[in-house]
Amino acid sequence: MKHTLRQVFHSGKFVAGFCILVALLLLIAIYPLFVKGDPLAIIGQGTFFPPGTYVNTYDSIYAPNTYTLNLKDAAANRIAQRLPEKDREEMKTWLVAYGIPEEQIDVNDIKALLDIWFENYDPNESLGMIYAKQRYYQRLNDSIRNLLSIEGVILAEKNPETGELQEVGIVNQTDYVNINEVANVRVLPLGTDNFGRDVLTELVRATAVSLEIGLVAGVIATLIGLTLGLLAGYIGGWVDDFIMFITNLFTVIPSFVLLILISFSIGQEKRGAVTIAIVIGLTSWVWTTRAVRSQVMSLRNRDHVNLSKLSGHSIFYIITHDIFPYIASYVVMALILQISSAILAEASLSILGLGPRTTDVPTLGLMMNWAMIYQAHIMGRWWAYLPVIIMIALITFSMNLMNTGLDQVFNPTLRE
Amino acid sequence: MDNGSGSCLKCIDLTKIYGMGRTKTLAVDHVSLEIHNKEIVSIVGESGSGKTTLAKLLLGLTEPTEGEIYFLGKKRDISTHKKRLEYWKNIQAIFQDPYSSYNIFRKIDDVLLDCINMRDGKNISREEKVHMMSEACRFVNMKFEELTNKYPFELSGGQMQRLMIARVFLLKPKILIADEPTSMIDACSRATILDMLLKLNAEEGTTLIFITHDIGLAYYLSQTVYIMKKGRIVESGTAEEVILHPKEAYTKRLISDVPKIREEWDLSTVVYSTE
Repeated sequence: MKHTLRQVFHSGKFVAGFCILVALLLLIAIYPLFVKGDPLAIIGQGTFFPPGTYVNTYDSIYAPNTYTLNLKDAAANRIAQRLPEKDREEMKTWLVAYGIPEEQIDVNDIKALLDIWFENYDPNESLGMIYAKQRYYQRLNDSIRNLLSIEGVILAEKNPETGELQEVGIVNQTDYVNINEVANVRVLPLGTDNFGRDVLTELVRATAVSLEIGLVAGVIATLIGLTLGLLAGYIGGWVDDFIMFITNLFTVIPSFVLLILISFSIGQEKRGAVTIAIVIGLTSWVWTTRAVRSQVMSLRNRDHVNLSKLSGHSIFYIITHDIFPYIASYVVMALILQISSAILAEASLSILGLGPRTTDVPTLGLMMNWAMIYQAHIMGRWWAYLPVIIMIALITFSMNLMNTGLDQVFNPTLRE
Repeated sequence: MDNGSGSCLKCIDLTKIYGMGRTKTLAVDHVSLEIHNKEIVSIVGESGSGKTTLAKLLLGLTEPTEGEIYFLGKKRDISTHKKRLEYWKNIQAIFQDPYSSYNIFRKIDDVLLDCINMRDGKNISREEKVHMMSEACRFVNMKFEELTNKYPFELSGGQMQRLMIARVFLLKPKILIADEPTSMIDACSRATILDMLLKLNAEEGTTLIFITHDIGLAYYLSQTVYIMKKGRIVESGTAEEVILHPKEAYTKRLISDVPKIREEWDLSTVVYSTE
């Protein structure tokens, strides 16, 4: 047994899969130690805040120290951010209409663009445009001039007695605060979802729940499949006929359809994560049964089984001692595959809106379901669904790698 | 041949059919034979002639399609686990392939302890059990101290078959069915094993049913010989009768197939089966 264990870790594929899984498990275990609190807490007012570091504006104004930094690109960066590309394209349109050759204008070189603009723009020039368009350009020109002003922003407070505004300070363009000195900073590496929840925290919790569902469902499916397969394969006769009849029945009805029908009939309110796991386990044992049965059938006429019979052992003893150890490696492989397919089944079920209750726990499938309902994929809110997809892919990929690795160890003909 | 000690195992019209319809195979076809106490009987035939199936039928590992088996004068009854246990205390086997005969997850001690538990129950002290196991190992020229805590697959093929004989020695059955026990073993170990089987017959009075494809071996070992062809017994009698004065062409062919030392092997006498 020790020898087999050592061999398993000589298989590169198994080790790779194992490392990915262990990394995921470590993430699940360690992340909650650093980010405490309810993973389902709604922190954002609004949907799909993009990933980034969120600094409290109020706190940054009242930061204990302000530093003055004279950075060369600061002004250009500021204008670039406040002068959107749409406006720059409009400026180009006006200039081209005015008679500047198109190839001289580069909308990405803001400094050059502004130079040409101030040189040529004349608010009284109509260029045959409608009045509204002329007004638009006049407004644009004003705002561009504002951008170039080097004056700071005046902070004012309302006097509680008179209601007058009183100047309390000024924020210059060269003022900086140290982010470490701001009282409230929240890093949202994956932004927020449609409810305003932190996606990363939710994702870590969802991965744990999905793995739990996979484990419960996989163990249930494997136990049922193993028991039925052992009985059908070893006892044979009418027991085999009966078990195979039921197995074939389940094979003919696609298990996913069965899964949908059962989840639907349970009802939204009663569907917890464990319920879903049990339902998945109860509908996915068919494959294991068939595989175990055929393995057992090839084993039951072997001489070592005959010898065990001749030594007076009971059927139960023979099944547990002479048959099971020979298929144990196979069963472990089946279990790994069942776990990964159960995780996929939960995801598929949840994306159809038949997964566990949303209010209880997040699961990978539920996260995708909400992302889909709120059209994250259409609006380009990739952080709401892409990390989830990657996580599902990583889990199933690592498990399938482990499965293939084990296959190589236990089945010498597959070794490279 | 009756050496004055009654019928031990008898079967009448034993038939075994595998499969059904087109794939139906008649493995054993109306075989009747009677084996007496303490006798050594050989069943000789080519591979595929139904010898092993016959052995399994006699052992009760497969159910016959037709026919009856009588054990010690009474009709054999192995319908319950208890009755099977009682039957298997009296009839044991050695299989052809020693490498697949043992459960690879169980130690040699367990294999031998099973036999003691089956024969004498579990209320024996540990020292007594060890003593019995060492005695059994001594019977097959092995040392228990060297075998304990080892797995059967750590032994050589010959040693594994000897361990099989040690099992039989512990169980002391009335009948031992040896299904080609030497065909997977090198020639040197073969004589040792045959010798031990004969010793078992002489010292413990075990009736020996020896199944082989080697008619020379049958002549060397047994008193009675049955020749099997396509599931049927085609010739039977004492070893001298059958081998020195064969009546059937099939028997003659089996005899001519045996290579002889210091004799040119005359290929012209080899008759190939045309059927």
